Amino acid sequence: LSMPPEIPKEDGRPKWDNKFQYILSCIGFAVGLGNVWRFPYLCQIHGGGAFLIPYFIALLFEGIPLLHLELALGQCLRKGSIGAWNTISPYLGGVGVASWMVSVLVSLYYNTVLTWVMWYFINSFQEPLPWSVCPLNENRTGLNEECYESTAVNYFWYRKTLNITPDVTESGTLQWWLILCLATCWAIVYLCTIRGIETTGKAIYVTAIFPYLVLTIFLIQGLTLPGATEGLAYLFTPNLNTLKNPRVWLDAATQIFFSLSLAFGGLIAFASYNPSKNDCEKDAVIVAIVNSVTSLYASIPVFSVLGFKATTAYWDCLDRNIISIINEFDLPEESIMQQNYTAWVSLLNSSYPEKIAGLKLKSCDLQEFLDQSVSGTGLAFIIFTQAMILMPGSQAWAILFFIMLFSLGLSSMFGNIEGVFTPLLELRVVSKSIPKELLSGIICLICFLIALCFTLGSGSYWIDIFDSYAGSVPLLVIAFFEVIGVAYVYKIKRFSKDVKWMTGRKLNFYWQTTWRLISPLLLFIVFMAFVTLQIQKPPSYAAWNPKYEGFPMKEEKVYPPWVQAICVLLAVLPCVFIPLVALFHLVKRTRRSKDPSFVPPEVFSSQGADS
Amino acid sequence: YAWDANEEYLFKAMVAFAMRRYSSKSTTQISNVLLCNVTDRVSFWFVVTDSSDNVTTVPGSAVEAAIRMNRNRINSAFLLSDKTLQFLKITSTLSPPVEPSTPVWLIVFGVVLCLIVAGIVFLIVAGIQTRKKKNKESTERENLEEKGEVTVTVENGIPCETLDLKAGHVNGVFAADDERFTSL
Repeated sequence: LSMPPEIPKEDGRPKWDNKFQYILSCIGFAVGLGNVWRFPYLCQIHGGGAFLIPYFIALLFEGIPLLHLELALGQCLRKGSIGAWNTISPYLGGVGVASWMVSVLVSLYYNTVLTWVMWYFINSFQEPLPWSVCPLNENRTGLNEECYESTAVNYFWYRKTLNITPDVTESGTLQWWLILCLATCWAIVYLCTIRGIETTGKAIYVTAIFPYLVLTIFLIQGLTLPGATEGLAYLFTPNLNTLKNPRVWLDAATQIFFSLSLAFGGLIAFASYNPSKNDCEKDAVIVAIVNSVTSLYASIPVFSVLGFKATTAYWDCLDRNIISIINEFDLPEESIMQQNYTAWVSLLNSSYPEKIAGLKLKSCDLQEFLDQSVSGTGLAFIIFTQAMILMPGSQAWAILFFIMLFSLGLSSMFGNIEGVFTPLLELRVVSKSIPKELLSGIICLICFLIALCFTLGSGSYWIDIFDSYAGSVPLLVIAFFEVIGVAYVYKIKRFSKDVKWMTGRKLNFYWQTTWRLISPLLLFIVFMAFVTLQIQKPPSYAAWNPKYEGFPMKEEKVYPPWVQAICVLLAVLPCVFIPLVALFHLVKRTRRSKDPSFVPPEVFSSQGADS
Repeated sequence: YAWDANEEYLFKAMVAFAMRRYSSKSTTQISNVLLCNVTDRVSFWFVVTDSSDNVTTVPGSAVEAAIRMNRNRINSAFLLSDKTLQFLKITSTLSPPVEPSTPVWLIVFGVVLCLIVAGIVFLIVAGIQTRKKKNKESTERENLEEKGEVTVTVENGIPCETLDLKAGHVNGVFAADDERFTSL
């Protein structure tokens, strides 16, 4: 006998099967691709171990308080983001709408990143791996030129996967292989979110736990690779001088904020399915700490592999120099090894300086190879794929790695989709008779159709635009209004009573200060600094242009005005709902107050009146 | 392995073999191949002389073509590859990578897609079935309640119509003995 689709409670709201599912969903939502490919990069460029200091300060004063706020809000009001903010105050309903808008925009492009992961995954079953060899050119006399000038991994990523255009204005054509993978990804998302949390709750057991297994396997493998220790030493050696740069503090604050997936509305939606008497304070602390520990844990294998890659590149560089020296001077084989390379070079340089100069030896410096830091998609699809070619059994490593990335991204997608789905269900825009399956199907279908434009040749440029503008500034604004809304509109005293009823404990001094004072202040400073830094330089991007003189370096280009307008639109569109909705309600209220026969309803709706 | 006179002999033999296969003249002898300037690096120059005329050398282009044609045989004789046994000025023609008729990724993609579609269909069908069952259960419950009301009226034991009939009857036994009772 199977359970009915909606496990009813007194108010007919679905609920989690158990507490562990809920915690795992929040952790899965928070732990995403950024933990793997953004945090290690930031650690590296901002002085290694020293970066942990601003990171943990930001966690303490910004991450945990905001997380607790969202979870408590959702659990107390038992509604999605739009409904919850309408309950707090109709004037603040815009905050919920803005959250919903951001969730929609992020869902669109986030799944395209998963499309790329899926494409690499299904290509990992070949021997040899397709990104390890360059294809031949037309008359088979040599390697393909674009591939030869850059590397095989670069070629596979920019040409075979993205088929990238040299400019963001050139749209190129739709890439059919990406469309297939995109359809598959949206089908997977639909499969897992088909009935809301009833199905995501089951799927999350796999998608949230599996990445930890793979990270552990990579950790063990990575530590055994040669050069791993150099990479790790490079990562964790603290350089306290970097703390003087305000950029480091800004990056720490934004990293914590975006890493915890705050202000999307997804966390509010998750918490709203909880029983009312649940300790949300403990949950928030657990989720935040697990997220940060995961970031640290993930950076260890990442940096072992990067150290390994730098070491092999260094050895290759040395070997190439050794071959050219041996060829030039007709020395016997194996007379110059890597160990006595420098001694030999200095000896030869003193006796035959012109010959050595004529050879044009590249200077091989391990630090230089370690310094080549990349974050984001470059880390996963270029650097890591190259490192995996060098490992024995590369297919297995590639398959594991890409399944792990897919699980990480998928569990974050659940949160995004939940942030879109739950408010729509409650808004009563859709009638009750429409089954949940149909609604989630419609959402997935619409998102798939819109996301088709990311499969164009210029798609990855657009994803960068969406990521930098829709997924950054609006979240800061929304979070700021969230804290202000709860602390000063709903009033901390009232919220404190609600939290006490839910957790059984009074809000202690830490929560009160952070919610009232520290977090809003910190958010405001971060927002101003972020916007200032963005405005200072004209927004530019790095284009992959094979016809560029400096190829394989990327060409720095500036966005044309219409693209810049779209960037501003993306950043402003969610935020504009906040004043719009407030204005709408203000106009409605003044119009009602002019009508003498109508008794104006209580503006600040009392708690529970609307539920 | 060390490079000694035997290896040189093998090399001369391979070059002669290549020349024979290329020009299909069986006149090139091992003695026609001359090595010079052998260094410790194991690099040397070699020429092939014409067997008919011991003074002239076979033109370089012919030798290059012969070696290019038999490159893989020469490589495998020495257990080396194109990278480790280099002939200067002879670029190797690269063999194309083996391409299966259907790209492997399409196969994997097909498998993954089939699994997902099967899962979606299963979940949708299961949802429809449970909804039908729930509807059937709720209509059954409604029918049960109606029948209950009907049985309540019957379960009193005596149906109401018969009760009414009995109420109107006069009990003849008591009515006839009216005079026996003492009047007050």
